[in-house]
Amino acid sequence: MFPITGNSALILAVIFGAAFGWLLHRGKVLDYDVIINQFRFRDFTVLKVMFTAIAVGGIGVLVLVNLGAAKFHVRDANMLGTVIGAAIFGIGMVLYGYCPGTGVAAIATGKLHALVGAIGMIFGAMLYAASFAWVNAHILAVWKLGKVTLADVTGLPHGILLALLVTGAIAMFIAIERSGVERR
Amino acid sequence: MSSNGKKFNWSPYLVGAGIGALSWVVFVVMANPIGITTAISQVAGGVAGVAIGSDTVAQNPYWMKHPVKLDYGTLFLVGTFLGALLSALASRSFRIESVPPVWLERFGPSVMRRMVVAFIGGALAMYGARMAGGCTSGNGISQGLQLAVVGWTFLVVMFASGLGTAWLLFRPRN
Repeated sequence: MFPITGNSALILAVIFGAAFGWLLHRGKVLDYDVIINQFRFRDFTVLKVMFTAIAVGGIGVLVLVNLGAAKFHVRDANMLGTVIGAAIFGIGMVLYGYCPGTGVAAIATGKLHALVGAIGMIFGAMLYAASFAWVNAHILAVWKLGKVTLADVTGLPHGILLALLVTGAIAMFIAIERSGVERR
Repeated sequence: MSSNGKKFNWSPYLVGAGIGALSWVVFVVMANPIGITTAISQVAGGVAGVAIGSDTVAQNPYWMKHPVKLDYGTLFLVGTFLGALLSALASRSFRIESVPPVWLERFGPSVMRRMVVAFIGGALAMYGARMAGGCTSGNGISQGLQLAVVGWTFLVVMFASGLGTAWLLFRPRN
């Protein structure tokens, strides 16, 4: 039965995407100020959304994989590319005020600067395609670990690591809510 | 204070749980995690095809790996836009905004200044996401929830880099 393929999969893709866009808007993360103030430690909405998504998603996906209903889709860890790329991404995200998904969704809520930034994203994607042969040979080829998880690297069971992560996330949420840092 | 008002807001924990539950569904039903930037690359390939010819695009080693077509990723991206639009219309929070309040307070009302920086930021974010293997959604959340090394490396480095950039932009001036 699953995974669904063909035309019905394409319709479902739009529906699942719409659920994602709806949630991003309801979660306030299509607001430039909310995202930027996360990086200024004045608003923790972004961390709350992301770590709840990772915790809830992580538990469910692990259960589904163990039931045989889903498979993991772990990507290659090309460490040099990931470190350099993530560093560039962090600069770009703060200049733009959005990450790619929230940027595209924010256009739909009337943010003209999100639209201009999205045109910038198209330009950035073209630059990447133009430079891909060089990047692939000189950056992505360096320090390749393959499709590894933290469980592979540490030797600890996946479930234990996830339990630690969930515990850490809950502790972080309690600390944020108790500190009153967002009400200053 | 946000320009969007407060009435449409859900708890960030509820929204995060919703995105997590959506991940369960797409892992099972689509066998494909949530992601955004592969699809934006495909759209860029389509735009480039108009400018430099689709044959040239088809021979590019990157677009050979990610050909321009309507597939799960590009339609998910279309859906993300539509879902945000529906939510904004349903909550009557659609507002035209060129210069957001926090930017205005720090850098003034110049629309051109905000647009130039947004363009450069978008280009850098996209270039970095492709090199890193995904963005906040595809790498941070979808790889992070699988405890993938690539996802957690991305999250830590991206956040550190963003903190440094935000400090440089918004540090107190004398």
